[in-house]
Amino acid sequence: MSVDEKTVRRIAHLARIAVTDEEVPHLQGELNAILSFVEQLNEVDVDGIEPMTSVTPMTMRKRQDGVTDGYCVDKILLNAPAAEDNFFLVPKVVE
Amino acid sequence: MTELTHLTLAEARDGLKAKSFSAVELATAHVAAIAQARALNAYVLETPEKALAMAKASDAKIAAGTAGPLEGIPLGIKDLFCTEGVVSTAGSNILKTFNPPYESTVTKNLWNDGAVMLGKLNMDEFAMGSSNETSAFGPVVSPWRRTGSNVGAAGAGGIEGTHLVPGGSSGGSASAVAAHLCLGATATDTGGSIRQPAAFTGTVGIKPTYGRCSRWGTVAFASSLDQAGPITRTVRDSAIMLRSMAGLDLKDTTSADLAVPDFEAAVSRGVKGLKIGIPKEYRVEGMSPEIEALWSKGAEWLRDAGAEIVEVSLPHTKYALPAYYIVAPAEASSNLARYDGVRYGLRVPGRDIAEMYENTRAEGFGREVKRRIMIGTYVLSAGYYDAYYVRAQKIRTLIKRDFEDVYAKGVHAILTPATPTAAFGIGEKGAADPVEMYLNDIFTVTVNMAGLPGIAVPAGLDPQGLPLGLQLIGRAFDEETLFAAGQVIENAAGRIALPSAWWAKA
Repeated sequence: MSVDEKTVRRIAHLARIAVTDEEVPHLQGELNAILSFVEQLNEVDVDGIEPMTSVTPMTMRKRQDGVTDGYCVDKILLNAPAAEDNFFLVPKVVE
Repeated sequence: MTELTHLTLAEARDGLKAKSFSAVELATAHVAAIAQARALNAYVLETPEKALAMAKASDAKIAAGTAGPLEGIPLGIKDLFCTEGVVSTAGSNILKTFNPPYESTVTKNLWNDGAVMLGKLNMDEFAMGSSNETSAFGPVVSPWRRTGSNVGAAGAGGIEGTHLVPGGSSGGSASAVAAHLCLGATATDTGGSIRQPAAFTGTVGIKPTYGRCSRWGTVAFASSLDQAGPITRTVRDSAIMLRSMAGLDLKDTTSADLAVPDFEAAVSRGVKGLKIGIPKEYRVEGMSPEIEALWSKGAEWLRDAGAEIVEVSLPHTKYALPAYYIVAPAEASSNLARYDGVRYGLRVPGRDIAEMYENTRAEGFGREVKRRIMIGTYVLSAGYYDAYYVRAQKIRTLIKRDFEDVYAKGVHAILTPATPTAAFGIGEKGAADPVEMYLNDIFTVTVNMAGLPGIAVPAGLDPQGLPLGLQLIGRAFDEETLFAAGQVIENAAGRIALPSAWWAKA
């Protein structure tokens, strides 16, 4: 399978990465090189094989449902590009 | 007395204990060496004040008789590990000013055992790369040079000539260890990022079993593959350092609830009676004759030390790398979705929130990272998920089964080359086709796909005078056998003489 320019733009939008018109043909070439490399996986017979979900046999550890952390607003907002009154600030979302 | 920076980690530990020198003296020697080696670009952030303060505290503990196992040992930290109050960037512009208010579990374990932080080490952006050329801080220079090469120190602490890459993604770690800019370094390995740079720089690197080291506080790339481990100058040093890094952590649900063995005790165990497998599928087309010869020599060394060498088959080997280039980008596209310019990191404004996201990520991520996010987004998107992602995960099951079959036949460890070639020059690979660079990981990536431990040990030099490494792959949670067999190779090959400081600024 290979991707066309339109698909490259669609993937970029899904990935929330702005791309310029000049970048699209390069990305298309690079993505197609990778897709053609992974094509060989189609040779493998995977009938009846379970997809891997955990690389080591382990059961999920669970803990008591309780508060273990908190009261650290300053730390949470420490790296925020924009914050006000203990909130993250973003451009207006709802008109 | 040997220069303090040229001691092994074990020698430095013993010297501190015997009070032959102080932790402050040891840290000071390293701080000075780092300041003279800026041309290598191995450190992206030096923390000399912190190093000296920690060393002073170590000296007090040594005097009081309360020293930890790594007391006073100066280490470099890959910039993927979050360090409290010390900027942690993952080699990316999007995190260039990120100041974590917490400490990663691996580094916390090291500090708890007395280690001293020298600074943060350069790396490929988000650990995506095999040459350290994708870093937002620029490439790292390998301390190694080809025989007769034109590389040398230039004026004003620069480098002239076409230098070699140290490998990646832990290129800063490997370069710093090989150039004697720390006694050991933390590193991480998703597809070969510890073992390939170790092989390129004549150092030792181990990727432990998935779950051995906590991933908490380490910037995530592909969570089902990422593991932390050390890069050091000897097998023993790796054993010492890994013991401190590893252990159960309730903050990482995939962290293994197993006691951490005394890895150092395993180093001198030998390989008598062990069965070592040689996988025929690793004899790939176009393998260089030096690598092939070195591989045979490695098998001989192990046989001479009492191991039984058997040929084994891992039939799905050739599919590991293409399957990896679906699984790893898929996980990366999910993990890196968090860099949206809202809670931390770079923000580039836009007309609305969607454009703000898109502009932030376009400017914040480098080319390789964008490429992988987009491949991951594609293989997870509606209509392609089964054809790509589910198929790759099924093939991953088959890769793991190959190893299980071999181990079920009584094989204790598997010997392979670490890389298909020695180190290459900057700009030599991957410019036109990204897959050319990906092929570096052909021998290492199977190990991540199966969650197994793997160690790279220097084993010789190629005709250009560059180091080559061998890899040993172990059973899950049996790093001890890797340290035992790795030491046999180190003894037989002899310690590789590391380059002298041609880069040093006078």
